Amino acid sequence: MPEGKLTLITGRSTRQGAGISTGKELEEYQTATTVILLSPIDMERFGLHDKDAVRLKTRFGSATVTCRSGDLPAGIAFLAFGPAANQLVGGDTQLSGMPDTKGFEIEVEPIPA
Amino acid sequence: MIRIINGEVYDPINGINGEVRDIFVDDRSIAAAGAGGTTIDAAGMVVMPGGIDMHCHIAGPKVNIARKMRPEDHRNDVLPRTQFTRSGVGGSIPSTFTTGYRYAAMGYTTAFDAAVPPLAARHAHEELNDTPVVDKGFYTLMGNNEFIMQHIASGEKEIVRNFAAWLLNATKAYSIKLVNPGGVELWKSLGNAHTLDDEVTGFKVTPRQIIQSLADASIELNLPHRVHIHCNNLGIAGNWETTLETMKALEDRQGHLTHIQFHSYGGTPGGLFHSKVVELADYVNSHPNLSVDVGQVMFGDTTSMTGDGPLGYLLYQVTGRKWVNVDVENEEGCGIVPIEYKDKSHVHATQWAIGLEWFLLVKDPWRIALTTDHPNGASFANYPRIIRLLMDRGYRKESMQHVNPKALADTTLPDLDREYSLYEIAIITRAAPARLLGLAKKGHLGVGADADITIYDKNDNKEKMFSVPRYVIKDGQILVEDGHLREDVSGRTFYVTPEYDLEVEKEIRKYFDAYYTVEFENYPVQLEHYLPRREAVMCRDIK
Amino acid sequence: MVFEHAVCAFCGCVCDDIAVTVEDGRITQAKNACVLGKAWFLSHGQPSDLPAARINGHAVSLEAGIDYAASLLSQAHYPIIYGLSSTSCEAQRQAIALSETIGGNLDCCTSVCHGPSGMAVQGVGEPTCTLGEVKNRADLLIYWGSNPAESHPRHMTRYAVTPKGMFIPNGRKDRTVVLIDVRPTPSSRAADILITPKPGKDFELLWALRGLILGNKIEEASLAETGVTLEQLTDLAIRMKKSHFGIIFIGQGLTQSRGKHLNTTAAFMLVRDLNRTNKFALMPMRGHGNVTGIDNVLAWQTGFPFGVNFSKGYPRFNPGEFTIVDVLSRDEADLIMSVASDPIASLPATARKRAAEVPMIAIDTHESETTRRAQVAFIAATAGIGAEGTVYRMDNVPLHMDKILDLPFPSDEELLSRLHTRVKELKS
Repeated sequence: MPEGKLTLITGRSTRQGAGISTGKELEEYQTATTVILLSPIDMERFGLHDKDAVRLKTRFGSATVTCRSGDLPAGIAFLAFGPAANQLVGGDTQLSGMPDTKGFEIEVEPIPA
Repeated sequence: MIRIINGEVYDPINGINGEVRDIFVDDRSIAAAGAGGTTIDAAGMVVMPGGIDMHCHIAGPKVNIARKMRPEDHRNDVLPRTQFTRSGVGGSIPSTFTTGYRYAAMGYTTAFDAAVPPLAARHAHEELNDTPVVDKGFYTLMGNNEFIMQHIASGEKEIVRNFAAWLLNATKAYSIKLVNPGGVELWKSLGNAHTLDDEVTGFKVTPRQIIQSLADASIELNLPHRVHIHCNNLGIAGNWETTLETMKALEDRQGHLTHIQFHSYGGTPGGLFHSKVVELADYVNSHPNLSVDVGQVMFGDTTSMTGDGPLGYLLYQVTGRKWVNVDVENEEGCGIVPIEYKDKSHVHATQWAIGLEWFLLVKDPWRIALTTDHPNGASFANYPRIIRLLMDRGYRKESMQHVNPKALADTTLPDLDREYSLYEIAIITRAAPARLLGLAKKGHLGVGADADITIYDKNDNKEKMFSVPRYVIKDGQILVEDGHLREDVSGRTFYVTPEYDLEVEKEIRKYFDAYYTVEFENYPVQLEHYLPRREAVMCRDIK
Repeated sequence: MVFEHAVCAFCGCVCDDIAVTVEDGRITQAKNACVLGKAWFLSHGQPSDLPAARINGHAVSLEAGIDYAASLLSQAHYPIIYGLSSTSCEAQRQAIALSETIGGNLDCCTSVCHGPSGMAVQGVGEPTCTLGEVKNRADLLIYWGSNPAESHPRHMTRYAVTPKGMFIPNGRKDRTVVLIDVRPTPSSRAADILITPKPGKDFELLWALRGLILGNKIEEASLAETGVTLEQLTDLAIRMKKSHFGIIFIGQGLTQSRGKHLNTTAAFMLVRDLNRTNKFALMPMRGHGNVTGIDNVLAWQTGFPFGVNFSKGYPRFNPGEFTIVDVLSRDEADLIMSVASDPIASLPATARKRAAEVPMIAIDTHESETTRRAQVAFIAATAGIGAEGTVYRMDNVPLHMDKILDLPFPSDEELLSRLHTRVKELKS
């Protein structure tokens, strides 16, 4: 994985799913959709600790989220579906109707506290 | 009030064979007399009851997955919306609106879907509600139902009958349908039933027992349409013996053998077909308890869709085209494959000829109905051409020039000179299906009948004549003039409500808890919601 | 009051064994429901003081809202109606009728969930079954790119993994569960075998597996990029060939990753090939609400399952042209109407940009980013809670949802029907 880059998977999580019903404006949903999970190796690589803020960037947009160490293979990060994830996804569907939602490259920039 | 005067009337149920007489319509029904209102001068025209398709595939899960699978089937045949009608697509699997409009525009006013898995009954009703103009209904699949097989095996005849009645009530279906009895269950572990006496693994029952038990149930329940059978071994060379065995297994029970063309092949499995219609038609001719519809094949691209899962796989292997298989819990299966019937193909030409042989060799037109098993043999849009093939010997001979000559030589078709009369056409497209379905107000123009009437301009080219009726009247409303639908109406759904012993529900509930994934309480179709326009047809002794 | 056997329409499992308690005009309990189902029943089964209709954020009468929305719809040149997952088939029918009348474009959430699975069906067909077949027969279950523990929490316990069935007398003990995902998830715990390929390599892996199933020789080196060893893959192939009835449940891990419909097509072909020797099926883990229903209603009314355009007066289908992300990313639509969905919160930012530039009408059961942003916003009674209707399970099994509760809002069906009537009046 190139320096400063990760492969992002966006997807469902239980809290994100429950938040669709209970209210996306509630803190629980906001939290559920703005925490990016990184492997312990990548946490270390970027010098990050749980709850540190990071800026994620793709050529389509950027989003600021907090990070947490999770059970993931090195080089892969997970972020639940939601407004933050949507900032990073492009509109090109390669004539499939489906945007590239999983497995795209992001730049990770730690934001100093 | 509508008066249709000066028309040549063909109404076989009332014995009227081309006499010029007036027909009166009062509100939704045929009346004895009347004055005022609209007059249609049908001089030089032919007047018949509305057509009835007693076996087609127009609604429910397999039709719909076929639609989803085949965008290429729709793209070149589109129907824009009009002031009166919804848009849609055609092809071999038209959208629901198109299906209703095209039947109506062809003079057909009633159609029955032939194979709905009980678990998807609600889906079929939803589609039928979106199928305009025609009256409709469906048969529900029981020939591989695991509850039924278990109770046949244990000799509990009454439970089988009560369950069948419960299932008809729960699904709001019209009749009991068997598809490859036992074979579809075996297909759930890649097997099939090859003879009537193969044991269905895990259930200790044979196709013969299933056929006899459900034929008995349909008689004991006084269903208006008796058991409707798609025999084992469809499409396989040599299957005529299975078909004959099935006829014999029915003994003197009433039964309808559907798309009989697909079941009339000599030869050995895997090899080429030849016709065994002479032998089978002889048997049908001498057994008045039997009726058939043909399932005529016509050349061109269409979609094969069947509750017969192993057949679907066979067709996939033969064609190499895309293949859908759906196994339905505890009940049934389904297979879908696009298919092109080619006139130069030995097999396809044989199938085409066999269908026509059936029409021409069955002596009693009251026991044979015109179908293509839409869309399996061809789209229902081919009915006018089939009528021409039956009525016009010259056209038939000319058509034979284009098909595989070796295939043709193995059939009796070149030797058959019979030509259908308009009276006989009115029987096989109207009167016979109405009688076989037990629909007392359909298929005729007697006083009190539903005012479903088709009026054709006379034409020596019978395909043209039957393609574009001059008028189509449905429930007393003039809906089609010169091939154009001028109003969109909804028909009603026919269903039956046979009585049963409520005790059986305890047994069924236990079965649901163990083996289904839907709750027993949520299974039955809600009558008011899913059959907003409906007619319950009485179950009574029709002997 | 308790409603036994209530139907949960939150996800594609559509569990119909929920015991819902209603007290003082609100839902207080949803027994048997999973965490997502409970959240759905409890939060939609509450009184609400939101206005039924708003124009530019101000409460108006329903009539005024319908009038204004209808005028926008009847003036639009390229309106797109989108969403329709979390509502009944009856409402979906009304939406299609309206779309046809205005010559618009209609797309559903399918295009961003299992549209690529639908395209695979169009390419090669689909060997599949209903969930009860899985319960009664499946001895090998493979979840590929799917995390049911979080997306369909009762899938494993009610339908697939733990239940006993007719030919699976010991339930879980009689089954082998394989999970193939690029990351460990809460579903991993339920699996006997975990395979962790590298992201975006599903097609390569499926194709290699197909090769093994067909008896071809696969070189270890050719698998290197997938992150899966030949030993792992061979073991899986052997298990597949030994199974009595196997099934692959495919998730968005296949549909939303590089390859998309080619991934799903490869999976469908693999299962098709397996049927030469083994009974094998495949099922997309259709997700949100009644998204399977809109595919079905669209297919029977128009011939096509998603991404349908009526601008020529008849239905046309073309993924990548008439699908929501493409229509909006190309700045084409001049009006957006969202029904039972929240596109502003769920679509890529590039697609959402268009929503800020053109009029928007929103119908939803609760306040959302989309309703807040819309010129005209309607609040509707939730189908399955405040309105009756039909819902399709992921395996196309249809169920009827009763009305459980009186909510102070019209149903989607009624709103869409009234909108359509008004549009027809305005256009005539």
